Amino acid sequence: MIRVRGDLALISSWIKPNSKVLDLGCGDGDLLKLLKKEKNIQGYGVDSDIIKIKFSLDNNINVLQLDLDNDLSQFDTNSFDYVVLAQSLQEIKRPKNLIKEMLRIGDEIIVSFPNMGHWTSRIQLLFKGMMPITKNLPFKWDETPNIHLCTIKDFIEFCNKNNFKIIEQLITDENQKCGILTKIFPNFFGQVANYRIK
Amino acid sequence: MNTTLELNINNGIANIKEPLNLVSGKTLDSYQLKYETYGSLNKKRDNAVLICHALSGNHHVAGIYKGETKPGWWDNMIGPNKPIDTNNLFVVCLNNLGGCHGSTGPVSTNPSTNKPYGAEFPIVTVNDWVASQKQLMEYLNIPYWQFVVGGSLGGMQSFQWSLQYPSLIKNSIIIAAATKLTAQNIAFNEVARQAIMKDPNWHNGNYLEKGVNPDQGLALARMLGHITYLSDDSMKEKFGRDLQESKLKFNFDVEFQIESYLRYQGEKFVTGFDANTYLLMTKCLDYFDPIKDLGETLNNRLKDSKCRFLVLSFTSDWRFPPNRSREIVKILLNNNKNVSYAKIKSNGGHDAFLMENKDYFDTMRCFIKGSRHDKS
Repeated sequence: MIRVRGDLALISSWIKPNSKVLDLGCGDGDLLKLLKKEKNIQGYGVDSDIIKIKFSLDNNINVLQLDLDNDLSQFDTNSFDYVVLAQSLQEIKRPKNLIKEMLRIGDEIIVSFPNMGHWTSRIQLLFKGMMPITKNLPFKWDETPNIHLCTIKDFIEFCNKNNFKIIEQLITDENQKCGILTKIFPNFFGQVANYRIK
Repeated sequence: MNTTLELNINNGIANIKEPLNLVSGKTLDSYQLKYETYGSLNKKRDNAVLICHALSGNHHVAGIYKGETKPGWWDNMIGPNKPIDTNNLFVVCLNNLGGCHGSTGPVSTNPSTNKPYGAEFPIVTVNDWVASQKQLMEYLNIPYWQFVVGGSLGGMQSFQWSLQYPSLIKNSIIIAAATKLTAQNIAFNEVARQAIMKDPNWHNGNYLEKGVNPDQGLALARMLGHITYLSDDSMKEKFGRDLQESKLKFNFDVEFQIESYLRYQGEKFVTGFDANTYLLMTKCLDYFDPIKDLGETLNNRLKDSKCRFLVLSFTSDWRFPPNRSREIVKILLNNNKNVSYAKIKSNGGHDAFLMENKDYFDTMRCFIKGSRHDKS
């Protein structure tokens, strides 16, 4: 998953300076690099892909090669101020377990994901009758690492059902902006959904 | 900048006159440490790297001696343009105290008796080694180590450095190691020791005086050790059930290739290694447990440390498997230290840390390169 600057800036705006941050699925470590520079945080990235580990090390980011579905017992309860899962939710085998683990480890968690309810996805399915391929979800159905795609409506229902308390929601469009359309029809015009959860 | 591909080896002996008070309570009044260096110390003296050897290693870690063909034991890792790049790093490796390759140890002459120390040589610990390595650092006029690097027992020394002298180490690379041995690990060591001490030539450890060596026992110890350093898959790949000859002989001669290989490893080992040193090294491993030793003072030791850590493990290592490395990571995480961890895919078993592997070497390079961000 390619993360764009706007996505990172939005997450960064939610993080208090000098805090301790765990970034799950950290990729090249670009979020932590930004947070280190702008918020003076103590950060650790987690990724299961050795290529990403190398990139993060190259960026002088602390990074741990662990499996998000199985290895989070590595972290003590309440050991972080924030646990971030930026656009990786759809790749997780057991999303409910992961969110629970994140809430155990962190004081607050930040989750973002590509919204499958976006109009471009709906149109592709409706008119082409094929699995949608979008800028944020560029893979064919048989090659995608994304096994748990959801819409904004799905996610809110999932949080309510599991007692995950949403404290803030920010939906952005394809220009990473929150406009009037994403406010009125988030599940139709929102491309990326960002949540603060406790 | 010197970018030659030739590696110049400098070696020397450091005569340390300062007494070393050992963890066991005994004291070594003076001792010598055999060492080699590669590359050169820069003007700021901030590019020194200490390489710590494992159970059977020595000071000859890289390069090839004139007239010889066999390179040092970690030559693929250290040298010009290699992960530990001697074009810009000054690399130091020593034979640890108690060793048998030129540093004071059981084969050295005991000044108070004029005979080899033999079994009289005091048991040393990782703690003692690190204290003696600090003496060598000062002897070489090095203010601190930019990196301390080691695999297996060498990795334990790197970890111990970060706890014992936190202000004298900037980066610690801990490969295929653990915070302590398990019962299974100690059990393997005990069988190795019993093999040596049950040899008819053992003579309570004073075999050198009798002009003999417990070769049978030492070879057995090495064969056992060697099995634990390989993985089931790598043995299968290398030897399978291949026979030396075309058919079974129905006797107890060497028949399978793995038998021949192990015997060869054992026989080769005894020509260059001392049995008392082997016993000492296994004890050093067994005793290592800094978390217990330091108790509540551990957090204080780590509190002011600015050290960056890289912890590496290998998927097929069953001597010190990845979850053991993650115990080190956990301690460092709990103390808010800068730590990174990777689990390298390899079927090489514990010995994977000595083998060339793209992911492993790239990870080392990236971490070493990343450390330069901090220098300004």
